[in-house]
Amino acid sequence: MYETTYHRPASIDEAAALFAKHPEAKYLAGGHTLIPVMKQRLAAPSDVIDLAKIKDLIGIEATSDALIIKAATTYYDITQSAAAKKAIPAIVHLTSVLGDPAVRYRGTVGGSIANNDPAADYPAAVLALNATIKTNKREIKGDDFFQGLFSTALEEDEIITSVSFPIPAKAGYAKMRHPASRFALTAVFVAQTKSGEVRVAATGASQSGVMRVPAIEAALKANWSAGALDGVKISADGLMGDIHGSAEYRANLIKVMAQRAVDAAG
Amino acid sequence: MGVEGIGARVARKEDKRFITGRGRYVDDVKIVGLTHAHFIRSPHAHAKVKGIDASAAKDMPGVVDVLTAQQLVDDKIGNLICGWAVSSKDGTPMKMGAWPAMAPDTVRFVGQAVAVVIAETKNQAKDAAEAVVVTYEELPAVSSMTAALASGAPQLHPEAPGNVVYDWAIGDEKLTNDAFSKAANVVSLDLTNNRLVPNAMEPRAAVAEYDEAEEHFTLHTTSQNPHVARLVLSAFYNVAQEHKLRVIAPDVGGGFGSKIFIYPEEMVALWASKKVRRPVKWTGDRTEAFLTDAHGRDHISHAEMAFDANNKILGLRVKTHANFGAYMSLFSSSVPTYLYATLLSGQYNIPTIYAEVMGVYTNTTPVDAYRGAGRPEASYLVERLMETSARQLKVDPAELRRLNFVTQFPHQTPVIMAYDIGDFGASLDAALKAIDYAGFPARKAKAKAAGKLRGLGFSCYIEACGIAPSKAVGSLGAGVGLWESAEVRVNPVGTIEVLTGSHSHGQGHETTFAQLVADRLGISVDQVQIVHGDTDKVQFGMGTYGSRSAAVGMSAIFKAMEKVEAKAKKIAAHLLEASEGDIVIENGEFKVAGTDKAIALPMVALAAYTAHNLPDGMEPGLKEGAFYDPTNFTFPAGAYICEVEIDPGTGKTDIVDFVAVDDFGRLINPMIVEGQVHGGLAQGIGQAMLESAIYDDNGQPVTASFMDYAMPRADDVPSFRVSHTTTLCPGNPLGVKGCGEAGAIGSSPAVINAITDALGHNKIEMPATPGRVWEALQLQQAAE
Ligand SMILES: Cc1cc2nc3c(=O)[nH]c(=O)nc-3n(C[C@H](O)[C@H](O)[C@H](O)COP(=O)(O)OP(=O)(O)OC[C@H]3O[C@@H](n4cnc5c(N)ncnc54)[C@H](O)[C@@H]3O)c2cc1C
Repeated sequence: MYETTYHRPASIDEAAALFAKHPEAKYLAGGHTLIPVMKQRLAAPSDVIDLAKIKDLIGIEATSDALIIKAATTYYDITQSAAAKKAIPAIVHLTSVLGDPAVRYRGTVGGSIANNDPAADYPAAVLALNATIKTNKREIKGDDFFQGLFSTALEEDEIITSVSFPIPAKAGYAKMRHPASRFALTAVFVAQTKSGEVRVAATGASQSGVMRVPAIEAALKANWSAGALDGVKISADGLMGDIHGSAEYRANLIKVMAQRAVDAAG
Repeated sequence: MGVEGIGARVARKEDKRFITGRGRYVDDVKIVGLTHAHFIRSPHAHAKVKGIDASAAKDMPGVVDVLTAQQLVDDKIGNLICGWAVSSKDGTPMKMGAWPAMAPDTVRFVGQAVAVVIAETKNQAKDAAEAVVVTYEELPAVSSMTAALASGAPQLHPEAPGNVVYDWAIGDEKLTNDAFSKAANVVSLDLTNNRLVPNAMEPRAAVAEYDEAEEHFTLHTTSQNPHVARLVLSAFYNVAQEHKLRVIAPDVGGGFGSKIFIYPEEMVALWASKKVRRPVKWTGDRTEAFLTDAHGRDHISHAEMAFDANNKILGLRVKTHANFGAYMSLFSSSVPTYLYATLLSGQYNIPTIYAEVMGVYTNTTPVDAYRGAGRPEASYLVERLMETSARQLKVDPAELRRLNFVTQFPHQTPVIMAYDIGDFGASLDAALKAIDYAGFPARKAKAKAAGKLRGLGFSCYIEACGIAPSKAVGSLGAGVGLWESAEVRVNPVGTIEVLTGSHSHGQGHETTFAQLVADRLGISVDQVQIVHGDTDKVQFGMGTYGSRSAAVGMSAIFKAMEKVEAKAKKIAAHLLEASEGDIVIENGEFKVAGTDKAIALPMVALAAYTAHNLPDGMEPGLKEGAFYDPTNFTFPAGAYICEVEIDPGTGKTDIVDFVAVDDFGRLINPMIVEGQVHGGLAQGIGQAMLESAIYDDNGQPVTASFMDYAMPRADDVPSFRVSHTTTLCPGNPLGVKGCGEAGAIGSSPAVINAITDALGHNKIEMPATPGRVWEALQLQQAAE
């Protein structure tokens, strides 16, 4: 690791002010992406601004319409939250199959979506539910947030403060774990909104990160059942192929995971 | 025998320090004035080193020195050696290129070191390493054996034309061809044995210290065999003289073979400590472990088995290509020859075998012994072939094996090994019963109804441990003898220290070896201390690998104990005024048989050291040493059955049951044996389903981190069902065979046989990842 200066601000404003003073800084949350990258000397922030202890960034709250998770809430806290379980059990399930216990004790929702790893779990939920990402500057819709591999609508100095997931009529998540990293080899989040819209997002599959799957959305819109997907064919074009699975295999997984997610959603 | 003697499930004495974080590993060694080394490594698989400019780096904060490959050459430091000479079938010696510890002119794999920065801190060394400018001229690379053997392929070493190290053979070619010409049926199979990265939990490390006044070196290093390290460092590398070099291998966090070898980094640290006149520490990180720890396996084979009309095996013909990587590591040459082809007879009566092995250089990390070393490759080949044959001949796979089992012992195979004892049918019977073989068709039908594919696979493995009779291995080209030494010191108060040349790096020797002493004297294991891993304490030893520590190391302790007991009995008889022949040892006492006259061990020990009242002419003290040279290999064997269920939607395979029945001879500590089996099974399952070291066409490693190299996790393996059948090994005084590698040797073929059974065809290679299994299922659907 290169030398860096660590800061622990007490508020969001203080964090933003620190960033303004140190333009080569990075925000730090759970550190489960940033710290390994720094250790490998692939990132060299002059300053590290720790968001994980800012009280306004921690907490889970459910209204009748939405589940709101503040950005620095850990995965572990989400898996333990009765409110989250009641509001959107699919999100709790997604969190429980994310990484391993050590990762879940430290990793955060804000960190996950800010990082936008093409095989991360949370982007699938954010996109399928068209969640609203609140920052210290504005609100961004899930549809506009993810912009390709490891890239988002966030500005350098912008802090995600919370993510608001609309409560769907039905939702399910099914994940095929990558044999080595245990990120998503391919995972699919299916959702039927209260207004009857069907939105499906797949992660781990596409060369350009989390994506909607229109063919599956159309089939489920017509008939919300796993069987409705039997005849659907997913194209392998634009999907990732590597030593862990060909593009054709991932295309198959999109369908199979979607079917299992529908079964889980009920 | 006491409650802590042979056969007792004694909790491991060493675990208290390991599980409370108080183990003392090489990286824990702190010395005043310590400096830190960081190596500069080649990013290219094959390149000429045109120049190294370290001028800027030398001026950076904390930098003590930057040492380059040329300085090693200037100091006449020797190249790394390969300690086993193997000749080609035409009689020519193997063709080896030189392996300098740092490359002065050509690099041949990604990660090969060209220079080292020594600095006050590791971070300063890394900072400075970035300022060292190395100019490379890239050369075309060969990353696979196919590419290396192609005509016009880039050449790695001028000494080895065509990138061939040797073209070796064993067995009788003509007799074997004749057997095939008479065969009623011939079954053939092409197999790949995937390359593995050992991944011991503790990465390699070295702390080297030079005492200028004494001209004496001390090297703390992660070694499975510190005496061999000292011998090689002094006799071949010209760094230090043997009597001026102390090698200490303290707690070592796993080896699996990878810490047998003497690597460039440890040697450079030692040399550098004299150059910079400061102690030098190098601790590898995980990436360095992936790039530079000797890898394992990596064979491509074609195998054929000939059967008569009654399904009796007539012969076996094998052609194997073994990938050695870019250089010949310490014992690499022996692995695909004497440790592999000599086990190709498996548990079977095979009248004739002919195996050819071609060793090949590629621009990849060197390959050497890894848990099982050659024997997993042999058992994978033989057991896949047996299962395939059973399917092709339409015989039950258990019955085909039973029909061909060796049942008379001793049994001379056509490939050197002479099996001393075994009961292969007993292990198979026990395994069939444990898995409920008769109930399998019903389980398969039930799985099918639930949309799953069930399969069952066997593996009746045999392996050779307890290496080895020194004279025999010497005649086969080994550069060392493979005996073991021990010294038993009874202290004046009757506590005991056992000095052993074996080295424990996870095996639990501090417990099992103490159990032997406890057993013989009827004392508690707490009264026994096992001392190992320090060349200043233990006179000599060959170390721990090849499941040899019980069969060879403990046999040496046994011999030393016999001498100690004989002397102690003489003293006891003298003190008790009895005849030596009447003295028996029970519960820590020397008793006159049939009387109540007794004297406790501490009193005998005290008498030996006060020497006030010893038999006339007896030397004081109670300490004896012994060397034990084995009479034969030992032959652990067993029957493994694996049952799997495949999810056809995802290709994911779950091992729903795994039964392992092993014959290890006498068990010293059944709990430790089970632990060894569990670990071995996990590694074999890892090879079968998860692990694979992959290079792209330019020789760049694709799997150099845990993000892409899949190690088995707890939930990847089932709850194993482990049991034993026993035939006592006649070759050593304890009747033990060895248990350290069996799990890794026997399990991969059982897993793949189960998966191919579920698939209904053989077109799958290890590792059978979900992606590959799914592709294999598509093949089948396309065919249907
Ligand atoms: C072994 C391992 C296994 C893993 N497995 C999975 C898995 O299965 N699925 C999965 O989805 N992920 C997995 N991860 C990644 C894990 O979820 C990370 O924790 C996550 O990607 C980043 O979250 P973090 O809180 O750790 O962020 P950090 O590492 O602290 O930060 C990551 C990035 O986000 C930025 N950032 C953090 N918080 C904010 C914020 N509030 N506003 C703006 N920017 C911010 C940081 O500046 C940094 O650039 C794994 C990680 C590891 C180490």
